[in-house]
Amino acid sequence: MLGAVINLAYLLGALAFVLGLRRLSSPDTAKRGNRLAAIGMGIAIVATLLTPGGNGTLIWILSAMLIGALIGWRAATKVEMTAMPQLVSIFNGLGGASAVVLGGLELYRIVGGAQSVSTNEILILLLTLFIGGVAFTGSILAYLKLDGKVWDETITLPRHSLINGIFLLGLVAFMAYLCLFPAQLTTGVLVLFTVLTLIYGLSFVAPIGGADMPVVISLLNSFTGLSAAAAGLIYGNQIMLVGGILVGASGTILTVLMCNAMNRSLFNVLIGGFSASGGASKTASGDQNVIEVGLSDLAIQMYYSKKVMVVPGYGLAVAQAQKACKELDELLEANQVEVKYAIHPVAGRMPGHMNVLLAEVDIPYNKLLDLEEANAEFKDTDVVIVVGANDVVNPSAEDDPGSSIYGMPVLQVWNAKQVIVLKRSMRPGYAGIQNPLFFHEKTKMLFGDAKDSLQKLVSEVKNQ
Amino acid sequence: MDQLIAFFNEHLLMLYLLLFTIILGFEIIAKVPTVLHTPLMSGANAISGVVIIGGILLVKQAAADDWLLLAGGSIAIVLGMINVVGGFAVTDRMLDMFKKKKS
Repeated sequence: MLGAVINLAYLLGALAFVLGLRRLSSPDTAKRGNRLAAIGMGIAIVATLLTPGGNGTLIWILSAMLIGALIGWRAATKVEMTAMPQLVSIFNGLGGASAVVLGGLELYRIVGGAQSVSTNEILILLLTLFIGGVAFTGSILAYLKLDGKVWDETITLPRHSLINGIFLLGLVAFMAYLCLFPAQLTTGVLVLFTVLTLIYGLSFVAPIGGADMPVVISLLNSFTGLSAAAAGLIYGNQIMLVGGILVGASGTILTVLMCNAMNRSLFNVLIGGFSASGGASKTASGDQNVIEVGLSDLAIQMYYSKKVMVVPGYGLAVAQAQKACKELDELLEANQVEVKYAIHPVAGRMPGHMNVLLAEVDIPYNKLLDLEEANAEFKDTDVVIVVGANDVVNPSAEDDPGSSIYGMPVLQVWNAKQVIVLKRSMRPGYAGIQNPLFFHEKTKMLFGDAKDSLQKLVSEVKNQ
Repeated sequence: MDQLIAFFNEHLLMLYLLLFTIILGFEIIAKVPTVLHTPLMSGANAISGVVIIGGILLVKQAAADDWLLLAGGSIAIVLGMINVVGGFAVTDRMLDMFKKKKS
């Protein structure tokens, strides 16, 4: 009887995952979808707790759950919204770490001879350990990179993609060897394999930088799902399998969608693509002049235009400038200036990053235009304000075959009557290439911190 | 090889489940608007914390004096629980923002 109840609970949990993910795909139902998935997880956990046996160890389980829940809740409710991508990355890493511990312990039991075991089980456990391990250290490195704690830029050894390829082949061979000769699996070998796996995770993410981080996080997310699914196979647990595979599949699709938005292949992203090319670009001539704009001139210009388009980028998130942006928006709207936002699919550090930030300050949905909509509207736009974006407005992507971002769809801001670029300095964007937009005849620059500049602009507009 | 065939026969239903779930995962995600990519990734990330179930099962199977399994399994549970609770909570917070602007 109890067994049937538990199985039914798992079935309901799996159903909640599927329906929850489905509802997460539409703005109207997303919140309910997330809660439904959370309820499904709750049901699955309670059902597992009710599984017969091991009542003496229940205190360990419950205290561990309490500690984890408290830490998770605190981190999720305290963090700034701009630091969200990092947080998702670190959560994902911890999930991977959990799979590593599980796989490692189960393999250790095999070493100890506690149970007889088949080749398939060893293979699945090694895969759990391997995939989870890559997700773990990869996500942690992604977190550190996004948070600017270690290397802001990409880190590469000479021929890094080749090294990674050989490394991966080596690990696969290692796994095959252990499957064929299970007797060779000693504690020392297990530790060695784990350490190599963790190092590979770091090496896997090392050459990937800045704008490509969302792609990697999404990919690592699907890895964590796959390792959970592999662990599910070991325990013969359907909900682990269904949940893990759902995440594995959805993460893969999401990864591909993100790559498509940048017009790049996943392979290209993974080898740290940008650094490889771009030498022959024609933007090499260094002595071009940029024109700076005065604050009051700009304020007047904006105040009397019909339509202003804001192009937000990572700089907006870093400077926490979304509030100032909203203020400017309200002042302009009060004077019948139409204000819209052009959102490039890969602006910021995660897809939808900009949407979330702008939503945080109550900027209405219908003001946010996607790439195609925005490009259709630039022609009738009087002023475009680029706030901390760079590569997504680079005309080289359209007219310079030598450029490393050639072919990536960009926002054609230069079709507007005037472009103002708010930027800290002339430093190139993530792609590390010069942006001819800054030297364009229609472009004027406003140097400084995005928030600072926008706030000054707000007070100037107020004076009109 | 014999072992593989045995595995295949033994786990046939599991393999069906695997196959259909993969297809389901692809189909669900293919229709998502870009704005929801971040919350979706975050929500999916929370679901991947389902690995915590394995941690609970492991500790349940452990003998009361097997400190390594108890401690290790508990660590797996703590990590998984952070992933689950943190993941769902942060997704909820993200989606709150979408809600506000609709009204």
